Amino acid sequence: MERMPRWADVVLVPLISLLLAGLISALVILAIGENPWEALKIMVSGAVGSTYAWGYTLYYATNFIFTGLAVAVAFHARMFNIGGEGQAAIGGLGVALVALYIPWPHWTLALLGATLGAALFGAAWAAVPAFLQAKRGSHIVITTIMFNFIAAALLNYLLVGPLKPAGTMETATAPFPEATHIPSFRDLFSHGDTILFRGTPANITFFVALLACVLVWLLIWKTRLGYEIRAFGFSEGAARYAGIGATKIIMVSMMLSGALAGLMAINNTLGEAERLILNAIEGAGFIGIAVALMGRSHPLGVLLAAILFGILYQGGAELSLTTGIPREMVVVIQALVIMFTGALDNMVRMPVERLFARRRLRGAPAAPPGPALHPPGEAAVPSSPTATRP
Amino acid sequence: MDWTTVLLLLDSTIRTATPLLLACLAGLFSERAGIFDIGLEGKMLVSAFLAAGFAFTTGSVWLGLLAGIGGSLALSAIHGLASITFRGNQLISGVAINFLAAGLTVVAAQSWFGEGGRTPQLGEGERFGAVILPGALDLSELTIREQRELPPLTALYSDVLSGHSILTYIALLAVPLSWWVLFRTRFGLRLRAVGENPAAVDTAGISVARLRFAAVAIAGVLCAIAGAQLSTAEPAAGFIRDMTAGRGYIALAALIFAKWRPYPALGACLLFGFFQALEARPDIFVRLFDIRVPSALLSALPYLLTVIILAGFVGRAIPPRAGGEPYVKER
Repeated sequence: MERMPRWADVVLVPLISLLLAGLISALVILAIGENPWEALKIMVSGAVGSTYAWGYTLYYATNFIFTGLAVAVAFHARMFNIGGEGQAAIGGLGVALVALYIPWPHWTLALLGATLGAALFGAAWAAVPAFLQAKRGSHIVITTIMFNFIAAALLNYLLVGPLKPAGTMETATAPFPEATHIPSFRDLFSHGDTILFRGTPANITFFVALLACVLVWLLIWKTRLGYEIRAFGFSEGAARYAGIGATKIIMVSMMLSGALAGLMAINNTLGEAERLILNAIEGAGFIGIAVALMGRSHPLGVLLAAILFGILYQGGAELSLTTGIPREMVVVIQALVIMFTGALDNMVRMPVERLFARRRLRGAPAAPPGPALHPPGEAAVPSSPTATRP
Repeated sequence: MDWTTVLLLLDSTIRTATPLLLACLAGLFSERAGIFDIGLEGKMLVSAFLAAGFAFTTGSVWLGLLAGIGGSLALSAIHGLASITFRGNQLISGVAINFLAAGLTVVAAQSWFGEGGRTPQLGEGERFGAVILPGALDLSELTIREQRELPPLTALYSDVLSGHSILTYIALLAVPLSWWVLFRTRFGLRLRAVGENPAAVDTAGISVARLRFAAVAIAGVLCAIAGAQLSTAEPAAGFIRDMTAGRGYIALAALIFAKWRPYPALGACLLFGFFQALEARPDIFVRLFDIRVPSALLSALPYLLTVIILAGFVGRAIPPRAGGEPYVKER
């Protein structure tokens, strides 16, 4: 049964949710005595108005693409991976070990090695909760939350102890060697006397993130494994009946998810900081949840939502510099986006569905019903992954 | 290792366990009714901020507590609206509530007090002071030497059990009260039933939504008291950003550790409170066992223990059966 056209499901509902989140954010800004319209203008010009702004926006977006894809892949198997934060932190550990202890001849190889290290460490950190979910029925949400804290404690221990070079005060590893420094946007796009992206952290990892989007799309929609993951997400019972192993799907989807979250570390650790610092993730793992929800768990949606959140982050930083609105306003907006696109999805969806139903009813005798049918075999993305049953 | 150190440790165990216990009981009511509540952390945080803010502005700590309860209940209402009325995902709603609290408290504190996301120092009458239990000595009136020379049991009573804020005693009393409400009243029976088999409750003609909203509201009030304890009970003297620091999640861990039962929840919270007390005083650990344990290990212990419990290696933790699933009336 089709309740509304596909464009409404994919574009209209998220757009209304976003507008609602924006409206309430505007009210909050009004309430603290600032002008929301001015704030919006500052945010947009601060986030997309120059190559400098884009250099930050795309840097943040790169982080969010990875963590968003991580949450999205898990969503397809109806797993809620809330542990992106910890997996990304441990991914950073993987990057640091690879960059510090292997003598790389060239940055291209270092990038490959770091990618591998980040993905392996991230996947390993997700593997334990996945195994406990698959084999012991421990709720994946609770275990991944616990693993976030355990990861934080582990890094805390390593960065004030074994990995910290003697004689420094900062809780960080030694700087990575010169040969592991990957090119920034400035190195890539400046030519002659025109220097673009001056002093910004965006780097080549952005293209790795784009590649990850394509690969995830291929995996989920064009491979047998992706089909199994989606089938499992739609109906665990039916998938089991069709001979799809629950353990395999839970393990594979969660480890892929962990690997993607871990990959974030090549952007912020190898690309930007060029050493592993404490608390380097800064909530990006959680923003992945908002990004995946807004992007409807589709790589293209994730990419767009990640750039939007990149704009929000860079714009928010600009806002706190020039107005009395603290940076935490971004966290409020992020919370509202998660609330409206995730938890309150039905609040927006139900009236829209009713609207379309009424319109169709009225138009039915004269015209054929709207362009409503799904293309066969193309199912809508599960909109709100319910809790996995233990 | 002397008696004074033990007393010191136990005293701070009870103090740090108080917010954990209240939040844990909040989670107990909510999850027993079938509503997962990841948002304990956010509700505590909002209450901690409002309690301190209003206590400072009005000069009355009780008005502060009331404001905290109001704020926490508002978040509970949002959670209920999302997860009961609109049958949304309870986990996502909880995550959103935590972020909303983390962001709004700082934004509001900055605009209200302009001190970088904190409230001003609270003074006399704006905080919950120490309650001296009957027969106990007021230690603040004794010199250190006199304190050291007290008989051990007197010291235990006066130092460890007496001298906490009224909120600590409310938390301790809430344990038997929660047990009684959940296991000895009709409301409690229905509340537990709605978390195990909502369809059966519905068939009996009782509103599933109303019961779940009641449970979520109780959770809101308990979280509010937990938050107020953090910011307004001595020795705390005001709100600072992110002051809950993951306590909502430790409370969730304690809830699983206690297998969703009130008295074991008390035990679990005291244990996790003890870890936190040890973490704050690494020197004591060295003196006790003559080894240096990294404080990171101590801070990770509650989570590690919970994962082990969850894995079912030490008894199995089985959550309420209908937990996390919205109830759809018409089939």
